[in-house]
Amino acid sequence: MTFALAIEQLLNGVQLGVMLFLMAAGLTLIFGVMGLINLAHGSLYMVGAFACATVAAFTGSFWLGLVASLAASAAAGALIEITVIRRLYARDHLDQVLATFALILIFSEGMRWLFGSFPLYLDIPPLLEGAVALPGGAQYPLYRLAIILAGALVALGLYGLISRTRLGMRIRAGESDREMIAALGVDIRTLYTLVFALGAALAGFAGGMVGALQSVQVGMGEPVLILAFVVIVIGGIGSIKGALIGALLVGVVDTMGRLLLPQVLSLMVPPAQAGLIGGALASMLIYILMAVILAVKPRGLFPAQA
Amino acid sequence: MTRENILNLVLALALLAVPFIAQAAGQPFTITLATRIAILALAATGLNIALGLGGLVSFGHAAFFGVGGYVAGILSSHAFSGDPMLFGLSGSKQMLVVWLVAMMTAGVLGLAIGAISLRTSGVYFIMITLAFAQMVYYFAISWPAYGGEDGLSIVVRNQFPGVNTMRPMNFFLICYGVLLVGILLSALIRSSRFGAALQAVRQNDVRVASIGISPMPIRLTAFVLSAMLTAVAGALYADLNRFVSPSMLSWHMSGELIVLIILGGTGRLMGPVAGAALYVIFEYLLGGLTERWQFFLGLILLATVLFARGGLIGLVAGKVRHG
Repeated sequence: MTFALAIEQLLNGVQLGVMLFLMAAGLTLIFGVMGLINLAHGSLYMVGAFACATVAAFTGSFWLGLVASLAASAAAGALIEITVIRRLYARDHLDQVLATFALILIFSEGMRWLFGSFPLYLDIPPLLEGAVALPGGAQYPLYRLAIILAGALVALGLYGLISRTRLGMRIRAGESDREMIAALGVDIRTLYTLVFALGAALAGFAGGMVGALQSVQVGMGEPVLILAFVVIVIGGIGSIKGALIGALLVGVVDTMGRLLLPQVLSLMVPPAQAGLIGGALASMLIYILMAVILAVKPRGLFPAQA
Repeated sequence: MTRENILNLVLALALLAVPFIAQAAGQPFTITLATRIAILALAATGLNIALGLGGLVSFGHAAFFGVGGYVAGILSSHAFSGDPMLFGLSGSKQMLVVWLVAMMTAGVLGLAIGAISLRTSGVYFIMITLAFAQMVYYFAISWPAYGGEDGLSIVVRNQFPGVNTMRPMNFFLICYGVLLVGILLSALIRSSRFGAALQAVRQNDVRVASIGISPMPIRLTAFVLSAMLTAVAGALYADLNRFVSPSMLSWHMSGELIVLIILGGTGRLMGPVAGAALYVIFEYLLGGLTERWQFFLGLILLATVLFARGGLIGLVAGKVRHG
């Protein structure tokens, strides 16, 4: 294994981590503020990807597509918050799981109805085509670097929003005592809709960006959703900082595990078997990581105040 | 008898009667539908021990369902080829052996998953059980020895002493019998001292702990029992389809098992049977009308959760009596 390959895979891991952070941040924000577990978050990611691919194909501009993915997923988020999710805040987690599971079925079949079963494809915008030379002589796609940068900017922006603005102050207040801020005259229903739409927009943004890397199809949100769950469980549910660190950890461990495990094992067993066992182990690695972290800290690395 | 008991009896008899009527009417496919109902009901009955009695919302029971299926598939494929398995054991075509091995395997897996997951509660528990099931799912996909992503075919359905299991009616009766045993077991558990403790733990674990009963072993026992029962259903499901694939382990399966309980009514003895019957009938009728039946299933499920919390049995028999 060369140094260049290791750097390349490390960056891929960070890029996966950034996508996971965009998903996990929305999930953890919604859980932290409203106490809601939203399985349909992956559907919002899918909505973003479809909106981006459709608008980009129609107008020829990736950037308009990206704007459309933000708008469509935020609108879809606000719509389901007002029609369905709002009724679930006072219910137990079982009801929330089931109702949002039902939303997944509705979204997935609805999308298949609208767009058919064939995947859509999205081109990388001309501005971000090409590759950058890395130290060690490898080439790395510019687009993936741009995703990492965009994720870093979103993380910064989210930090600023939550710690520096009036809306952020209300979100934090809503996390610690929702009755009290409602009593102080804050319109809690609108605040909840806003937070949900914000989380949805983050998921849609991730979906829009990933559309240029993989095919856009029904069901694309579910694997990411489950990884995002692992992320927020590791990071501590309700903590944005935990989501960021958990996402990078999961992204890097998953990518590097797939690269390194077969090679490490090949020192001990024949190469064919090492590839086999290594591959199987690597696909389980992040779940093992999660189990270990939970065994030590049952509430995650950065538990939010209850 | 209460209305719920009458309804339970009607459900049990109706499920038994349907295949006989179907056979008389020359509609053998309906027998397969009834078998599916019985097997899914058994799986959900298993899950209901953890979810309904113990309040443990496991979103990963597909792991146990799928493991049961894979045990059936792997044992019969070894029996077919004659190759020894791990530790030089030979395969088996006998359902009784398959069920036993499925229960033991799922029990051990449930013990491991439960021991870690039950350290947490609430949303954490839901997500962790989901994640563990995904772990098993990805393992099945990436391990090529037993078909990997393509799954594993069972050439001839496993055997039961003195019965030709390849005849749909016989296989239905086996599944129905196992379902009745499963329901009886869960009724016995519910009315036992252990069941009382389990329900007390669900309602208030701090109080239970304060009178000197430790909640953890009770929850873990319920989780393991629940896993074992669900695994038997998985083995039967593999035998029904004569095929087992990672899709039995997928998180959609876990979701469906919970859906069965909710459609029928949570905390009801026969809720899983009513739910499985509704689900399979929906799937069959809607699936005949439109390819998009899952869209409508989603709407029905959403309406059930939002407006009809008691499920089917709740609608017919009224609210649960707390005695």
